[in-house]
Amino acid sequence: MVEKARGLNFLAYVVLILGILVVGFPIYISFVAASHDVSVFVSGQIPLLPGPHLIENISYAWTHGDLGSQIINSLIIAGGITLGKISISILAAFAITYFDFKFRQTAFWIVFITLMLPVEVRIVPTYQVVADIFSPVNTILGLFGLHMNFSLSLLDSYFGLTVPLIASATATFLFRQFFLTVPDELAEASKIDGASPMTFFRKILFPLSKTNIAALTVITFVFGWNQYLWPLLITTDAKMRPIMVGIKQLIPAPDDPPTWNIAMAGSLVTILPPILVVVLMQRWFIKGLIENEK
Amino acid sequence: MIAKSFSKLSLFTAVLALGLGAACSKKAPSDADGKVTIEWWHSMAGHNNKVVDELVAKFNASQDKYKVVATFRGGYDEALNSLVAAFRGGKQPHIAQVYEGGTLQMMQSGATLPVYKLLEDNGYKVDWADYLDPIRSYYWDNNRNLTSMPFNSSTPLMYINLKRLKAAGFTKVPETWEDLIKFLDKDVSLGNKCGLIVSWHTWVLFENFNAIHDRPFATKANGFKGLDAELVYNNPEQIALIKKLAERVKTGAFTYDGRGSDAARNGFISEKCSVMMESTSALKGVIEQAKFEWQPAMLPHEANAKVVKNAIIGGATLWVLKGKPEAEYQAVAAFIDYLAKPEQQVWWHKNTGYMPLSKTAYNQLKAEGYYKENPGHEVAVLQLLRGGAPSDNSMGVRLGMFPQVRDTLMDELEKIFGGKATVEEGLKAAVDRGNQVLRRFEKTVTK
Amino acid sequence: MQKKARFESKILPYALIVPQLTIIFLFFLWPAFEAIYASFHLSDAFGLEVKFAGLENFTSLITDRGYLETFGRTAIFSTITATLSMTVGLILATVANRALAFKKITRTLLIWPYAIAPAMAGILWMFLFHPSYGVIGFFVNHVLQLGWNPVLNGKHAMALVIIASSWKNISYNFIFFLAGLQSIPKSVLEAASIDGASPAKRFFSIVLPLISPTFFFLIVMNLVYTFFESFGVIHMTTQGGPGSATTILVYKVYADGFIGQDLGSSSAQSVIMMLLTIVITFVQFRFVEKRVHYSGAGS
Repeated sequence: MVEKARGLNFLAYVVLILGILVVGFPIYISFVAASHDVSVFVSGQIPLLPGPHLIENISYAWTHGDLGSQIINSLIIAGGITLGKISISILAAFAITYFDFKFRQTAFWIVFITLMLPVEVRIVPTYQVVADIFSPVNTILGLFGLHMNFSLSLLDSYFGLTVPLIASATATFLFRQFFLTVPDELAEASKIDGASPMTFFRKILFPLSKTNIAALTVITFVFGWNQYLWPLLITTDAKMRPIMVGIKQLIPAPDDPPTWNIAMAGSLVTILPPILVVVLMQRWFIKGLIENEK
Repeated sequence: MIAKSFSKLSLFTAVLALGLGAACSKKAPSDADGKVTIEWWHSMAGHNNKVVDELVAKFNASQDKYKVVATFRGGYDEALNSLVAAFRGGKQPHIAQVYEGGTLQMMQSGATLPVYKLLEDNGYKVDWADYLDPIRSYYWDNNRNLTSMPFNSSTPLMYINLKRLKAAGFTKVPETWEDLIKFLDKDVSLGNKCGLIVSWHTWVLFENFNAIHDRPFATKANGFKGLDAELVYNNPEQIALIKKLAERVKTGAFTYDGRGSDAARNGFISEKCSVMMESTSALKGVIEQAKFEWQPAMLPHEANAKVVKNAIIGGATLWVLKGKPEAEYQAVAAFIDYLAKPEQQVWWHKNTGYMPLSKTAYNQLKAEGYYKENPGHEVAVLQLLRGGAPSDNSMGVRLGMFPQVRDTLMDELEKIFGGKATVEEGLKAAVDRGNQVLRRFEKTVTK
Repeated sequence: MQKKARFESKILPYALIVPQLTIIFLFFLWPAFEAIYASFHLSDAFGLEVKFAGLENFTSLITDRGYLETFGRTAIFSTITATLSMTVGLILATVANRALAFKKITRTLLIWPYAIAPAMAGILWMFLFHPSYGVIGFFVNHVLQLGWNPVLNGKHAMALVIIASSWKNISYNFIFFLAGLQSIPKSVLEAASIDGASPAKRFFSIVLPLISPTFFFLIVMNLVYTFFESFGVIHMTTQGGPGSATTILVYKVYADGFIGQDLGSSSAQSVIMMLLTIVITFVQFRFVEKRVHYSGAGS
């Protein structure tokens, strides 16, 4: 800032440190809780400093809560959603901005409308579609007097867990915004060179989009990893559950003593991957978000 | 160019196909060994889960024509949801465990086959009259025939910390609400923070309270005799009881610590609370974990009660779903018949703590001397046998969207215990809201 | 809006957009139609009895005092959470912008909660606030003697849920505010300071107006977040209780649809939420577009 006011700087640092503490406090406490023995909770004492049982608790949570296979599920889901979302959206945005075809506007609005329909709002009927993916087809055919009865349930499947979450307007919109800022000369030059649209896309547009893609990767991965409601609803098979849903099983149940140490140990394992992704990819992530601010 | 985009498109299609393939393959039950295989979806978690697996293994090993595959489908709510969705998608199992609150919904659904008929048609004879009356009555139709198979039934008990009882100067376990409240007041006056804590408040304090005193929870015999039943549980005695409890929230003589059963079990086992009213299904846990002298007893009744009837049950039953191939129902019937045998009931009871279902099983356990070592379990059975045959008010409760009705009552109870509503206001609101739910259900299932 | 540079191709654009449209049709549009259809019918859980019911589902919702209260609760919850979360985010961004050293580390230390799922935030804060063995709960109950009891006290439960939800979103707001602040040209602020404006005056008359686009964007994003994604927090901690004190709109849809098995009512609620979201998103779209023009004109 302009003044070198010592006082203001000092105040700034104090506020910052307070902020960091407030933000970090819950995690610190869970770390502490995860490192103690269960007796600490039964007696009602509150530990403020870490204890010696961290590794022990984590490995207990890991085996007891089957965290290993749940993490794999989460990885598949988060990875699948990220891959799917980015590839579909970037192509759709490309089509919408760089082509003029009939229904272009309609297509754009259809994509955009999904911003207005988050999962929670359409949850019961989406569940029904996933329960029988041919139901739309059957019903439409039924309207024409054709009575077919295909049926396929996507409950308890990776497909059902990822695909409904893939098509969202956010990514398409982000890419669209970005493409609009790409200078027209690049495309014109491509056309003059006789390159096909896809070559342009591959050789020029895609590389330019790297920052955005990186940012979206972080956002989508975190989004996919943190999915709770949707997997909760469509899976009842414990083997298909991602870690965010499975972690609820670790929370102390009626028949058990208050094993919050295990629950917290499991929670730490759960939040580690997305935190790592955010922290490590911070640079691109912020760049990508900010670039579209302008 | 176009090739690139089509290759992307075909990649997408390939992934789609793979996904579909993977999705498909997850569902087919195996009958590679030539046995007729049937599916059973249940909600038994933890220890009971293992017992279910053992039970199924025993059946499979006992004969070589049929095979049962049991799958855990989450808690009762979730399992019912997945059952409904599966049914709509044509993927329902043969047998599904549904909690008692879902009884009317299942009966009205048109999606189930009555158990008594299934067994009859397949040539099995079960002496249904041998079943303990309250267990049988909860699930029978208007002709007293069983629509679903009782499986895990429980009844509420009062668990009491004997150390605290003695410290308060009592020599006998209280049998009446009046005596119990005297004890609770004395208990907290001695410095204790929590006297009575309850699980499943609607079941214990309302449904059972009214049933035991032969008062209606709802008209039309608690809904047995008509879909147009109305809630009437806010009678003067009920209001008086809840008033007494609400007044004691301040002192802790009565403590409310949340719905469900976590708080009560933890509170009682950790000796924070002196008395707990909970289901028989807590017996095992308390026996293993309580490190103090305690005793299970029947729920208290009013001192001036003219009539003391049986308690009503909770738990779940097994429903048979329509829509499977004919031949497979033979397997279903065989399995149900197997479960109905007294040996199985005794075995299930010993391993899980859920009640034995029939008088024969009960007598067998008595003869073995089982109850000498486990008096708590006998208390539960006696509570079901007390008062002769169940009256209209103690057969059970049969209302539509029952879980929602219970939820509205819990909602209002929380307002009452939190001091936000008087007992009269709260219970009236609960009755009104509950009646709205019932009317909605009635509309939904009436043609 | 469209680029002037365009490619001529008949089939390609359709091929590019078909995957997304297919998925949107199957998992967005069709369920939306179904929800609208179901909202006009009464149906039993198994779908074997479906009856046309006209507007009845909607009228019973509108006349249900409990449902109307849910709107109020949602409004309170969203407003307080958004305000709290944005205020703290702005304060932190302002001071972080000032802190000359440790910029990278500070940013990292304040960004990572973005990665935490709402459901997880719920678990963490539920644990912290537990009356018996939660650090904060214990402190409030035994040291401050405030009688903290989110199990029975609706206001306490709402406070718990608000704190957990706001905490999680602070880093999201922090990032955007920081970006906004960093794009303010130093020259403008220097000029103001030379003119004798105090830091406070500079903040309110220059900084705030310049970051107002970011502000609007975040307001709407925060509101949408509290409307929908807070489900995880509530499901983990209070399950909508006690006494419906924390039942917000999205939770009621879940409770009625999945626990109550009342498809007609929950679909009607979904339709109402859809309309509400459309209004909010429309507002968002207008402001986002406004921003795009604004920055373009400025720089």
